[in-house]
Amino acid sequence: MAVTDTSPGWLGKSIKRKEDDRFIAGRGNYIEDINLPAMLHMAILRSPYAHARINGIDASAASALPGVVAVVTGELLAQHKLAWMPTLSGDTQAVLATDKVRFQGQEVACVIAEDRYVAHDALELIEVDYEPLPAVVDPFAALDDGAPLIRDDKDGQTDNRIYHWEAGDAEATERAFAEADRVVTVNTHYPRSHPAPLECCGCVADVNPASSRATIYMTSQAPHAIRTVFALVAGLPEQNIQVISPDIGGGFGNKVPVYPGYVVATAASLLIGRPVKWIEDRTGNLISTGFARDFHMKGELALTNDGRMLGLRVKMLSDQGYAYADAQPSKLKAGLFHIVTGSYDMPAAHVITDGAYTNKAPGGVAYRCSFRVTEASFLIERLVQSAAYDLGIDPVELRRKNFIRSDQFPYTSATGFVYDSGDYEGALDLALEKARYSELRAEQAELRKEGKLIGIGIASMTEALGAGPSRDYDILGIKMFDSAELRVHPTGKAILKLGVRHQGQGHETTFAQIVAHELGIPPDDILVHEGDTDNTPYGLGTYASRSTPVAGAAAAMVARKLRDKSKKIAAHLLEVAEEDLEWEIGKFSVKGAPDRSKTIQEIAFAAYTDHPPGMEAGLEGAHYYDPPNLTFPFATYIVVVEVDAETGEWKPRQVVAVDDCGVRINPMIVEGQIMGGLTEGFAMSAMQQITFDEDGNCIGANFMDYLLPTAWETPHFDLYETCTPSPHHPIGCKGVGESATVGSPAAFVNAVVDAVAHLGVRDVDMPVTSGAVWEAIQAVKGTG
Amino acid sequence: MFPSQFEYLAPTTLEEALSLLAEHAEDAKVLAGGQSLIPLMKLRFAAPAMIIDINGVPGLSHLQEDRRGRGYLRVGALVRNAALERSELLKSRYPTMAAAAPLISDPLVRNQGTLVGSLVHADPQGDWGSVLLALEGEVVAKSTSGERRIPATSFFDGPFTTVLRSDELAVEARVPAPGPRSFGTYLKLERKVGDFATVGVAVSVSTERGVVTRAGIGLTGVGPANIKAVDAEQALVGHRLTGKAIQQAAHLAAAASEPRSDVRGSADYKREVVRVYVARGLHQAFDAKAA
Repeated sequence: MAVTDTSPGWLGKSIKRKEDDRFIAGRGNYIEDINLPAMLHMAILRSPYAHARINGIDASAASALPGVVAVVTGELLAQHKLAWMPTLSGDTQAVLATDKVRFQGQEVACVIAEDRYVAHDALELIEVDYEPLPAVVDPFAALDDGAPLIRDDKDGQTDNRIYHWEAGDAEATERAFAEADRVVTVNTHYPRSHPAPLECCGCVADVNPASSRATIYMTSQAPHAIRTVFALVAGLPEQNIQVISPDIGGGFGNKVPVYPGYVVATAASLLIGRPVKWIEDRTGNLISTGFARDFHMKGELALTNDGRMLGLRVKMLSDQGYAYADAQPSKLKAGLFHIVTGSYDMPAAHVITDGAYTNKAPGGVAYRCSFRVTEASFLIERLVQSAAYDLGIDPVELRRKNFIRSDQFPYTSATGFVYDSGDYEGALDLALEKARYSELRAEQAELRKEGKLIGIGIASMTEALGAGPSRDYDILGIKMFDSAELRVHPTGKAILKLGVRHQGQGHETTFAQIVAHELGIPPDDILVHEGDTDNTPYGLGTYASRSTPVAGAAAAMVARKLRDKSKKIAAHLLEVAEEDLEWEIGKFSVKGAPDRSKTIQEIAFAAYTDHPPGMEAGLEGAHYYDPPNLTFPFATYIVVVEVDAETGEWKPRQVVAVDDCGVRINPMIVEGQIMGGLTEGFAMSAMQQITFDEDGNCIGANFMDYLLPTAWETPHFDLYETCTPSPHHPIGCKGVGESATVGSPAAFVNAVVDAVAHLGVRDVDMPVTSGAVWEAIQAVKGTG
Repeated sequence: MFPSQFEYLAPTTLEEALSLLAEHAEDAKVLAGGQSLIPLMKLRFAAPAMIIDINGVPGLSHLQEDRRGRGYLRVGALVRNAALERSELLKSRYPTMAAAAPLISDPLVRNQGTLVGSLVHADPQGDWGSVLLALEGEVVAKSTSGERRIPATSFFDGPFTTVLRSDELAVEARVPAPGPRSFGTYLKLERKVGDFATVGVAVSVSTERGVVTRAGIGLTGVGPANIKAVDAEQALVGHRLTGKAIQQAAHLAAAASEPRSDVRGSADYKREVVRVYVARGLHQAFDAKAA
């Protein structure tokens, strides 16, 4: 629950979201709302096969359909060297298939037509001669000798292996395991899920043949990076490319990569000389765009009999689909998965990761996740619970015994992270108190006597986010700083321009609050502008919980620069030395003579009308912020579930979330983020997965098969907070948008397992369907 | 939505609708609530050349009881699921239907979708088919050549197929009144609200002096069509609803199911849920009778 903050300034204030009026009134401006004169429409033909050779494409009937302007194939793109494009992980991905299709749903041809109905009709007239090939569906089998080679297009690629990457210290970890009294193992698969934003992807590409200027309206979380990629791929001069991300209906990582639809629409506009609109449908989004997770993980935890953790060994195989297309820092092949030691003081750890090609859609993106920390957090929190059962120690006590203590920060982990701050026991204690943990355990014991099952699941999550220090983090070589430009107008109103791009996170409000707090200009007087590469400073975009840690810091820093200049102007106006002035939010006054003061608005006016001799006019500036470190928010989630012993059905009875993201700028928005994250965590644990049959047919390409929870299923959430400010962020913030998605799935799964643990069940893979619970119970009955 | 091209006709009388159907039988699809047809057209899994929209046809929105004889319920082809969900008549006299109505998909679908449309669509995961089988209802079909009444037990012909001729319009579903000392319910396992049934079980029991005189059990989602668990029904008739009788019926119902393993669960699991749900449904009947 939000704590009402009565302190001066604008931090900690739950003001209503400035952007919501236009959304509520239906006056947003999404891609589909953008219509240009003479605009054409594009539709995509997708492969019905997961793996097949293309022997030929006959588009003559489609081309002849009245209203069709062009049919674009891979062959045509190849003539312009555009049939393939780079991914954000330095691999390649087909724009339109030329030689083979490599997953069901792959883009094979595009129809450009006068309207969308004609475009879709024409798709049915394109004849593709496919020669089906054996599909590689299982990533382990993909690495077997003799497995069909998926990427035969790549010189030197002789198998389906993508990468091998390790972190930590193998020898130290071996020693820890040799000394251990006990080793606890969890083998689990974090299923392939999909961000499934309510708005699918789309673009309007407008290449003006007279000016050669390409204006591309697109659903992108990272418009600046996209502009650079377009310049590199298409060879267009970067000043001639303007990428505009208008209002975006959710991204969750799905709208970070470049997709074939964007590229073909742009190429078509270039070749035809008219604007081309592409609006993706739901199946297109689910079947072909960036999925998430799909890590097969084996974790082993070495412990002493009294519950001290000695070491952690993890082997992970990532099912990447046919292209390695993670949007993640270049140096880290499995993202930040090596944060897998979690909240624990782990003396040694060794993480071995491999990536495999399969005949599935490329990815995977960090779905509401800071580069694979979700999978890591899940694994360690599942391991801790299993270890507690094996040792006969309460899961709470095992955590408490091994937490990184508050006095150990900054803490260097066994895999090389430097945790900035934390108080894990504080968050755990508050969560236990609010959930009435000891009473719950007594109730659980009583109910078991009646044959009724409840389970209590805990996750004490720590994540690393806010990429990043530029020495460690880049995407395709572009350092992961971010930026802010601030201009205060003569009337004291301001515009703040940022390199990030929100998709519902509330930037127009929270970043105005940051500037308001630093300068005293009320948030309502500050316009926050994002998404237009011509009119905002360069930045890497909004994903991985990095906006507030990086761009938010830039906003604070640029505001401070303007405050410094304001001080000089105030000194001039008040005819005193700068040292004689003191600042309270919104004004400078003379020390000892508080009546003599100048407000920020008066100073802004003077900046344009009466600035000191020798000083540049105006009140504006820019700041590019390169964070010294990641930020490390943490949380404890406690979930209580009721399980039907006969059918395996389960439902959450109580969800307690204690989040610590440092200073909260707008508590209401933070709580909205946490509720959304808990809902998605519940969804992944309970119902979501994209599966494939043995031929590689995708099961999960619409919302009848890929399930989104509604208000009917979603449990009530009790939210609480502790506050441990980041020591290095200018206003003490950490990212929070993803904490609950990262941390809560383990709490839900732990809760269900806890309900049946007395029967001997130790694990149920996600999604924890009622059937999966029932099967797990049957399995232990059989062995018991 | 970008379906294939189709012609759209909106008749304003039943006669007009039937003659359009007679004329265009093979090419036409009837649109009532559209909750199955429109998604199929959107995905181009269905591409009818003609849509005959019956929403403007009068005389198809009745939800009423005909009290003649044993009495029966009449559900017109345009009665929406939302109307069934809110019906006091169903709550007081047709408990199996009253229990099923709020479990049909989600509130948005219920506002548009119709019971008769669901029967005609004949999705093996559709709930109303099992209910009609349990209650021994029938479908009234009309065409320019006349009217026939088709018992639910012979209406379904496999997945998504019925015995309805392409020139026939299903105008009404009829359900015999269960009578006094009757009880029934519908239990449904679904992954989320709006999902199709993993397993659905309709039960209906009538008793006299504690002895079962009629039992109806319909199963959803566990076969190529909705299943009427006849052996289980017969095992109950003439017996008291004891725990033993219930267990036997539940086992027979599970044996009558023909589930397949899929993302919703294994065949073994679904069969077990049939057993558990039939037993629970019958126990509820027993408890209601006792009360």
